[in-house]
Amino acid sequence: MQIPGLSPDLNWFVWTVVKVVALMTAVLLPVPFVVWAERKVAGHSQFRPGPIRVGPYGLIQPFADVVKLLFKEETLPAKANKVVYFLAPMIALLPAITVMSVVPVGPSFYATDVNVGLLVFLAMSSLGVYAITLAGWAGNNKYGLIGGLRSSAQMISYELSMGLSVIGVVLLAGSLSLVDIVEAQGGTLFGFLPRWYVFYQPVGFVAFVLTMLAETNRVPFDLPEAEAELVAGYHVEYSSMKFAAFFMGEYMNMLAISAICTTLFLGGWHGPWLPPLWGGPLWFFAKVAVLMVCFLWIRWTFPRLRYDQLMNLGWKVLLPLTLANAMVTALGVALREGWFR
Amino acid sequence: MTPIFFLLFAAVALGAALMVVLQRNPVASALYLVLAFCSLAGLYVLLHAPFLAAVQVIVYAGAIMVLFLFVIMLLNLQKDVEAGLHRAARRVFGWLLGLVLAAQLYLLLRGPWGLGPQGQEPAAAVHAAGNTQTIGVRLYTDFLLPFEVTSILLLVAIVGAVVLSLRKGEREGVEEAP
Repeated sequence: MQIPGLSPDLNWFVWTVVKVVALMTAVLLPVPFVVWAERKVAGHSQFRPGPIRVGPYGLIQPFADVVKLLFKEETLPAKANKVVYFLAPMIALLPAITVMSVVPVGPSFYATDVNVGLLVFLAMSSLGVYAITLAGWAGNNKYGLIGGLRSSAQMISYELSMGLSVIGVVLLAGSLSLVDIVEAQGGTLFGFLPRWYVFYQPVGFVAFVLTMLAETNRVPFDLPEAEAELVAGYHVEYSSMKFAAFFMGEYMNMLAISAICTTLFLGGWHGPWLPPLWGGPLWFFAKVAVLMVCFLWIRWTFPRLRYDQLMNLGWKVLLPLTLANAMVTALGVALREGWFR
Repeated sequence: MTPIFFLLFAAVALGAALMVVLQRNPVASALYLVLAFCSLAGLYVLLHAPFLAAVQVIVYAGAIMVLFLFVIMLLNLQKDVEAGLHRAARRVFGWLLGLVLAAQLYLLLRGPWGLGPQGQEPAAAVHAAGNTQTIGVRLYTDFLLPFEVTSILLLVAIVGAVVLSLRKGEREGVEEAP
């Protein structure tokens, strides 16, 4: 859209700033409500009401938590590596915000359309490991270090499967750009089924959801912060707002990765009945919300995997499965394109 | 805007590369190397090579350096651990390698500075055909043999790692098998 009285360059700049701010808000604003939802789901899963005292339905509870965290004492372990100790919580917040810059929320509502958008996501999720590894190491605490190393091993193992599980989608769409991938999912299949890639790539979708749980360190893959074995895991030496940064980072990563999953497998902003201009973002966030509820639901219903089970699942089940899926999809695409005729 | 970003990324890359060598703490060195890789990725983006930039971050900053850090943390190298060589021997080797690098740089920079667009694929054509597509087509047609040789090399490394990680009893069992 052109704002009257502005040069094209300035117009582009203004709109980019608006979009960037909107997308950053989209990952930051829901965090307190997701925290609230987590506590509510936890409560009701265990036959108790969850937060009810602060505000209606306890909705103000997360804000009270933030105030509490702000007033807590900042601690700094005597033998900590100070620079790295301060750097780690900052890195924890970085990947989620950066990933959102390539996600198309609506028909023309994205900060930038890089033709390697999917790789930007993979790159950012691989940089996310640093926050946890460094946090575990910087505090100079045994439990923290074990938690940090565990998480590096876990994330490296599951990143491979994650990369392979999305290859099917890339093959079908013929592009690494997230905007093109969403465009390719428009229309319907047999007249009633939406042409989302979850119906073309069921195996890829299941593998992606599993790796997405592992990448965000959620149950059943939350070994890095196994309370019973490792006290609190990588953030054991952190207090006050630096702890809150890790806490927020986890929920922001969940939101960002749900947005990616929606984009890749659930048709992004495509949806029936509503006009795409404002209905698109609405559908997009509705799908993200459904995925987020699944995250919370899984957390409060499944037990945690043991370490060897985690490694077995990653290397002996998910990796061959996603590899086979990529090969079968490649064969299918080659047949569709008529390369064997 | 591009020259400003180029200067920024170039300065950060050079500064970080220097700090990798000058830092005595191995973890700090590794982190500066990550920073250098990330600024290199920024330079690739400025050269209209987004695929290379993304792969640079995924492979070097995201995978290789994480493993480096992993090893450094597991070994808990807090101080500058002396290498096996004697101090004087290391100094001689350092000077020798430095001289080789300086000679290479001299040979490279002796020619005209602005090389300009070279090769069969100018940036504009690559940009139109798509970065990823161009690299993919090249890799699987013109450079198929080197590509496959590299993959065999990696396979050898994987097999080697598996053999090395086997415990003593297990390894004997493997050798007995036909």
